[in-house]
Amino acid sequence: MTTGRVLAALVLAALGVAPFVPMGGMGEYVIFVMVQVFIWSFIGNAWSLMGRFGLVSLGHGAFLGVGAYTTTLLWNFYGLTPWVGVIVAMAAAVVLALVVAYPCSRFGIVGHYFGLVTLAVGEVIRLLLIAERDWTGGSLGLTLKTAGDASFYAVQYADKRVFYYGAFVVWLLGLWVWHRLDRSMARAAMEAIGEDETAAASVGIHVSRFKLAITSLSAALTAFGGVVYAQYIAYVNPETLAGVGVSLRIVFAVVLGGMYSLLGPTVGTALTISLSEYLRVKFGVHFIGMAETIYGLILVVFIIFLPSGIYGSLRGLLVRRTPARA
Amino acid sequence: MLTVSGLTKRFGGFIALNKVSFEVIEGEILGLIGPNGSGKTTAFNCISGALATSEGSIRFQGEEIVGMTPDAICHRGLARTFQIPRPFRKLSILENVAVAAHFGATVRTSEAEARHRAVEVLGLVGLPADPEADPTLLGAGGLKKLELARALATRPKLLLADESLGGLDPTEMASAADMLRRVRGELGVTIVWVEHIMATLMRVVDRVVVLDHGEKIAEGPPAAIAEDPRVIEAYLGEKVVLA
Repeated sequence: MTTGRVLAALVLAALGVAPFVPMGGMGEYVIFVMVQVFIWSFIGNAWSLMGRFGLVSLGHGAFLGVGAYTTTLLWNFYGLTPWVGVIVAMAAAVVLALVVAYPCSRFGIVGHYFGLVTLAVGEVIRLLLIAERDWTGGSLGLTLKTAGDASFYAVQYADKRVFYYGAFVVWLLGLWVWHRLDRSMARAAMEAIGEDETAAASVGIHVSRFKLAITSLSAALTAFGGVVYAQYIAYVNPETLAGVGVSLRIVFAVVLGGMYSLLGPTVGTALTISLSEYLRVKFGVHFIGMAETIYGLILVVFIIFLPSGIYGSLRGLLVRRTPARA
Repeated sequence: MLTVSGLTKRFGGFIALNKVSFEVIEGEILGLIGPNGSGKTTAFNCISGALATSEGSIRFQGEEIVGMTPDAICHRGLARTFQIPRPFRKLSILENVAVAAHFGATVRTSEAEARHRAVEVLGLVGLPADPEADPTLLGAGGLKKLELARALATRPKLLLADESLGGLDPTEMASAADMLRRVRGELGVTIVWVEHIMATLMRVVDRVVVLDHGEKIAEGPPAAIAEDPRVIEAYLGEKVVLA
């Protein structure tokens, strides 16, 4: 694995200096895309913490929306710094996660049914955000009150490089959490639960506690990602931060890259964002929905032929021990 | 050690267990036998908490365990195996056992201790403790051993072994019966053993409880059970096998 380590160090170094590499007039744009990749990879990572154990959520947009809107509303209406707001946001997401996950766990709602419940939750949050338009601006969204060109208190910076490094660190943090969980006995317990709840319980694993814990962790991190995204774009909108669309886009990216490996969500996110940017530039506004159509086709092909995803499958070829399969 | 009294389990209108009472005495191997569908596995499921008991009381070391979750019962020192082995296929053999040792133990066990314990237990049942070994490659005998190892890793005081010998050849059967004897001898674990193949069971157990159609029809030492007319009738004249 030493070559792997060298490679990883080189990639990290390249990412570290990227904002200072002269790229002609393209610099701003490249930075913009990369920040998106970091943030959405982090969110994909948070999703895969649950997804890899068979807790497939199709409503993670709910947690994104709760996160992003909590800090934004607290800032716009009460002037509360996002540094504090983010804690409230994560707590709110955890509360929502428990409200959803506890009954599911209690009444044995698993698999496809769990997916459907979460799908509905994502939509409920989106509709709520639209309905409460006096606060949230409804479907027009909400712009963060500006606090000058560079404000630490408001976490607003005109210089996108600040966000680049911030998102970079956040992304690394997500990978660290994933790695820590992967190496712990909790991962084994979750795998056991994902496969056979009765057998898992019979060897002393507290099934619902584990499910609630992993769901809470995933929700909190997703809300955190939502906050980072809102601070970066300085604008929140129910369509981009809640509901089916964004929820499925997270799932697409992770399934594409591979949910059973550390870098799977990152690879998948980088590919889907690149693809949608490419299609946007190529087709402009002519073929609206083209990106989604192509995603859909790719997803079907992947689920059938490469259930471990692009990165997961490549890694499976390189590493002798085959990775766990879907 | 375990006192089951008036245990009743209904599935809708079907009565799978009807007021079954028996006692397990510390240190013994108790055989629980009966024809197919007599309620043996249902009894295990009720005792281990996998199924909700309809009526009756189950006391383990003086404590009522009806209504407890399976993991809580496991933590009190009551472990079980499944009739059809249920390994965690995505985990290695070692992880299968280590996860039980870490989360199921009656005493707090760190992850490192759990791995150590897993190696020990795998050695006892005779499986490789290779951290990469894949349980999906095990045969019927190996899966039974893994099932037993996983239950023993939780350091139980009482083991409910569900038809541990089904699907084994005669040599494997003899060695598995020997294994249960060693589990009691070396680890001091009390055992309730559900088994179809009675010839083997009768040679190992101290006492036998016989179920038929959800009711207890006989209880006593193996020799007396083998001669009991009700038992012979229930087994449709399997007297030859019993003797």
